[in-house]
Amino acid sequence: MKTDELVLLLATGVEPVEPHPVGRRHAVAVGVGLLGAGALMLILLGLRPDLAEAVRRPMFWIKLAFVAGLAWASLLAAMRLSRPGMGLAWVPAALAAPALAIWILGAFVLAGAAPAERPGSVFGTTWTSCPWLIALLSVPAFVALFWAMRGLAPTQLPLSGAAAGLLAGSLGALVYCLHCPELAAPFLGTWYLLGMLIPALIGGLLGPRLLRW
Amino acid sequence: MTEQAQSDSNEERLRQSLLRGRDGDAVAYHGFLKALSAHLRAYFRRRLGAWPDEVEDLVQEALLAIHNQRQTYDAGQPLTAWVHAIAKYKLVDLLRRRAGRERLTDPLDTVPDNAAELFSTADGEAAEARGDLHKLLAQLPDRQRLPIVRTKLEGLSVAEAAIATGMSESAIKVGVHRGLKALAALIGGER
Repeated sequence: MKTDELVLLLATGVEPVEPHPVGRRHAVAVGVGLLGAGALMLILLGLRPDLAEAVRRPMFWIKLAFVAGLAWASLLAAMRLSRPGMGLAWVPAALAAPALAIWILGAFVLAGAAPAERPGSVFGTTWTSCPWLIALLSVPAFVALFWAMRGLAPTQLPLSGAAAGLLAGSLGALVYCLHCPELAAPFLGTWYLLGMLIPALIGGLLGPRLLRW
Repeated sequence: MTEQAQSDSNEERLRQSLLRGRDGDAVAYHGFLKALSAHLRAYFRRRLGAWPDEVEDLVQEALLAIHNQRQTYDAGQPLTAWVHAIAKYKLVDLLRRRAGRERLTDPLDTVPDNAAELFSTADGEAAEARGDLHKLLAQLPDRQRLPIVRTKLEGLSVAEAAIATGMSESAIKVGVHRGLKALAALIGGER
């Protein structure tokens, strides 16, 4: 087939495109991911028993804001990377901000604590399971987001996979907040971050294979 | 005119045609793809000096990719950046596939790569592509092949194609959409 024939074929009877495909696919994936994580959390882990009391503590909301900030920034990253030629622009700064904020808060907590209390605020009581459970809860969002991106056009595949993975991880962590008893900033800045980085790393490794088009 | 100014005026014209084409204006869209294929040909020819045979296949592959992904262009974004990212992605993809078979130097290293060049150079001389899309089209299942043949080659409307094939109108639209994506995958996979 000559190129002119192909051009004619593509243009003939061309249908109007549906608007906002990038936002729509990501919205669907985020919704599916949150519902999936919620179901997994309720079935496997359960809500934290003192949730009604915990929501009265400011640190509970600071923790949610930290995770939601990362989710928002990684959503922007994933959406930009789904469009060829968009680049990340200022999004890396938006990604770094929540992490820096929780580390600064954590440094103050550690500095103000008695030496004997410091290990407790870093390790809490659940550090061995926390990152793995966040990674587990991120699985539905991970699958849904890779589906969303496969229908779009990422050209930087490792980076796009990592952004989708980080978004999945932060959505998993958001739901995990309803189960997890830990509220100390040093704990969050270590184990929550690690839990979110596990799917980001896996996403970065799988990106070139799964997102190729 | 400088390369930059030439590129800017071409870019605005192309951008308008693409946006009209996305609203369903087939004439504007035809103009967009036709002009774009000349720019892509010049861009690829400069970078595939050692393999002139590959140029036309890659032009067709990039055109299919651009058509299939036309909804990912953000109207507020420079069109050059969008087209350049896709063209470069398809070029690198081709080089990677070839690298498995032969040692080669990366032409991206030898030819300076900048997006402005894309729309300031054009090459209207289409060579024959080696990979034949008609053959690839024949490999598609009927539910994708028939909608493409009826609406895209014979020029029937979606409604007419639905009657001619006995398929529903939405099945025709889905068939065209998925068929062109499958075709793009076949082109990429066969080399």
